[in-house]
Amino acid sequence: MATPLINLHNISYQYEQTKALIDINLKIEEGDFLAIIGPNGSGKSTLLKIILGLLKPTKGEVLLFGKPVPQFKEKERIGYVSQKSNSFNTGFPATVTEVVRSGLVKKIGLFHRYPANVNKEVKTALKSVGMDEFAMKNIGELSGGQQQRVFIARALISNPNVLILDEPTVGVDSKNVKSFYHMLSHLNREHNITIVLVTHDVDAVSKSISHVACLNKRIHFHGFKNEMDQMSDEQLEAWYGHAVRKVDHQSEVKS
Amino acid sequence: MIESIFQYEFLQNAFSSGLIIGFIAPLLGVFIVVRRLSLIADALSHVTLAGIAGSLYLSQSVGALASLNPLYLGIVASVTGSLFIERLRRLYKHYEELAIPIIMSAGLGFGAIFISLAEGFSSDLFGYLFGSVSAVSRQDLWIVIGIAVIVIVFLSLFFKELFVLSFDEEYAKASGLPAKWIHVLFMIVTALVIAGSMRIVGILLVSSLMTLPVAAAMRISKSFKQSIFLSVLFGELAVIIGLISAFYLNLAPGGTIVVTSIIILLLTILSKKLESKGVVSG
Repeated sequence: MATPLINLHNISYQYEQTKALIDINLKIEEGDFLAIIGPNGSGKSTLLKIILGLLKPTKGEVLLFGKPVPQFKEKERIGYVSQKSNSFNTGFPATVTEVVRSGLVKKIGLFHRYPANVNKEVKTALKSVGMDEFAMKNIGELSGGQQQRVFIARALISNPNVLILDEPTVGVDSKNVKSFYHMLSHLNREHNITIVLVTHDVDAVSKSISHVACLNKRIHFHGFKNEMDQMSDEQLEAWYGHAVRKVDHQSEVKS
Repeated sequence: MIESIFQYEFLQNAFSSGLIIGFIAPLLGVFIVVRRLSLIADALSHVTLAGIAGSLYLSQSVGALASLNPLYLGIVASVTGSLFIERLRRLYKHYEELAIPIIMSAGLGFGAIFISLAEGFSSDLFGYLFGSVSAVSRQDLWIVIGIAVIVIVFLSLFFKELFVLSFDEEYAKASGLPAKWIHVLFMIVTALVIAGSMRIVGILLVSSLMTLPVAAAMRISKSFKQSIFLSVLFGELAVIIGLISAFYLNLAPGGTIVVTSIIILLLTILSKKLESKGVVSG
């Protein structure tokens, strides 16, 4: 069996007195489209930060492409799209091209300039997210959904094997959420990019997703999406903490 | 004035260092503004005051240091201040802005003590506070050239990393960039530019040359590249117009440079307003 791209062994994390994650074991294989779902405060973003090496787990080990995080140097193989509202500076005077190009920073390395054909690579990345006509626009002029597509293009420009997205549809209107998941599904199927997505919104779990992990400090369920579909609402509510309603996004996209 | 520049060495020094400062201060200033560090530049200029005042006092009281260029201690104070700011920002993680008033008051406090010990305000100190056309020595010019070389080398090496860090710090860290070290180097280079600029613009107004041209450029530029180009253009315009008017009107160049920068800023705000109302085609 092939080495999992991401392998979490008994991960626990504690913020001062609060336990955020308890004994997490999770294997993400090549080609998976995994949604990690859970209520607010369930430790989803903490888990992503541990995978990305931004936080050190209190206990346990993360293997990326078979290597422990501290020894894993090929960061360009993992594309990251952070929660838009938290990180990016909206007033920043930069064009879409300048933002997407910056996704090559790690691949090129310190003390080197962007290659001469960088604009061609930017165009290809923007095309794959349907944003090529916005190349010269200022990033602040775009809508929330368009900005998220640009950030995915920034992650894709270094040809990653895995794309990790933290609450990617926060601030995106419902009409664009559907086409957004459709685009992710396309990247997963046509470009064979493994996708790990975090969301607190159970509605967002569409048929594009192959796997689901239900997290609330512990992993309550990890398996194929259709296995989860067979779970009763009562089972979901038991760990989610409040009433849960399942909505099928994919069928809406196709209609 | 052009003839006078060729004739008098002090004018050559003032003009040459002014043109260099007009280039490097806004160039670095673009990153300072987009990283929301404008007030840190202000705090560092006040720390530089402590170094300058300390040096002026030492040159009065210690015979061997009588000819010491105050710029050296100013640079030491500014760089030390930048490192302290970083330490304090990490110490008060949830109240990072506290580092600014702490360092600013420490700078002014030490500055006030050294000024009192040196028995008051000398005309020399006035020049350091508000800039001077006549006080820039050949040695000052060489220091400014040295600082400019450091800034240009630093920005050439780390331009793309600084862009990512400024735009999206979390993404930069997730990409595995040595964000902490690049930031510390950035703060040291900022401290050097502040110390180097104060001969022309003055300690109290030095941060304005790093922020006002950038504020004007950001109103009208569409890309990061354009912001840099316009910031430098506005910085140079402010220095040239400011120095010429200071020379002819016998005013402190810090004041004339800053007022010119303010006028440029107002013009860009006005042109943007007219453009959005459709008066000017853009």
